[in-house]
Amino acid sequence: MMQANFIVEIIMTNKEMARDPVGETIKRDLLAKKGYDMISNVRSGQYLRINISADNEENAKEIIEDMCNKLRIFNPVTQNLTILRVSKS
Amino acid sequence: MNFKIAVIQFPAANCDLDAIHVLNDVINVKADLVWHNHFKESKYDGVILPGGFAFGDYLRAGIIAAHSPAIDEAKIMLKDGRPVIGICNGFQILTEAQFLPGALLRNESLKFVCKWVNLKVENNKTACTNKMNEGDVLAIPIAHGEGRYYTDNLEELEKNNQIVFRYSTEQGDLTKNANPNGSLDNIAGVCNLEQNCIGLMPHPERASEAILSPKRTEHGKLFFESIVEFITRRLS
Repeated sequence: MMQANFIVEIIMTNKEMARDPVGETIKRDLLAKKGYDMISNVRSGQYLRINISADNEENAKEIIEDMCNKLRIFNPVTQNLTILRVSKS
Repeated sequence: MNFKIAVIQFPAANCDLDAIHVLNDVINVKADLVWHNHFKESKYDGVILPGGFAFGDYLRAGIIAAHSPAIDEAKIMLKDGRPVIGICNGFQILTEAQFLPGALLRNESLKFVCKWVNLKVENNKTACTNKMNEGDVLAIPIAHGEGRYYTDNLEELEKNNQIVFRYSTEQGDLTKNANPNGSLDNIAGVCNLEQNCIGLMPHPERASEAILSPKRTEHGKLFFESIVEFITRRLS
């Protein structure tokens, strides 16, 4: 099958039970102080944008998911992994 | 007794020479500084992963070093009962390599914290605490930005006696104020079930000579002497 180039974007965030002082500080010491009372919660995370050649979008996603689990790109003890989007590059 | 300890040097380690100095010059045991790609377990009776910022702490502190060939070698030592010790960044590497349970998150204050703290000895049966008494309070410095210990399995850890050190007051009380980074249950160091693998955030290699300590203590020395005792018992 012809390989094509894709971009897979992933986000890693701390699990709800692990406190996220970065998100808490942004909300408490910036947003709330500047009057954005309507904001009830902020969680921070890490973002990776990965270029990959694969058979198709589904295959690209599978390879990345598998890689993230195998190499612990995210730490399953404290983080969740979200595949944000897969797009053609 | 003829034995040798390895201190692994990762790129951007910065406490490697301090650990070597304490082993070679303070307690007079043989220790080599070994580049992480060159480390061969068969030559050594114990290994220390020192503090620093291995691989720039990129992605997460310790994760890239956890995939180094040195960790495959250390795993052999872990399995046959030789001491595998991680100090600060070394502790982060050991949790990322899954030698030890839990994870080390960014300090609650979001600040790098560098100060002397008090450490209560919770388990004196391990490879690095056998020269201490349970309940002893040691003066040892910390220096880290990502030292907030977290586990989703605290009960199991307590049940198995895997909590080795907790942050405490000078009197040994486990208060919130004595906890410098927001670690769960004041945990500063843990071990594996077999008690030959220990990780801790504080730096005993910076607290092994009176001249380095504000109160002229040298409590860190007990840590290294315990490792030597553990190896000696194992070889005899």
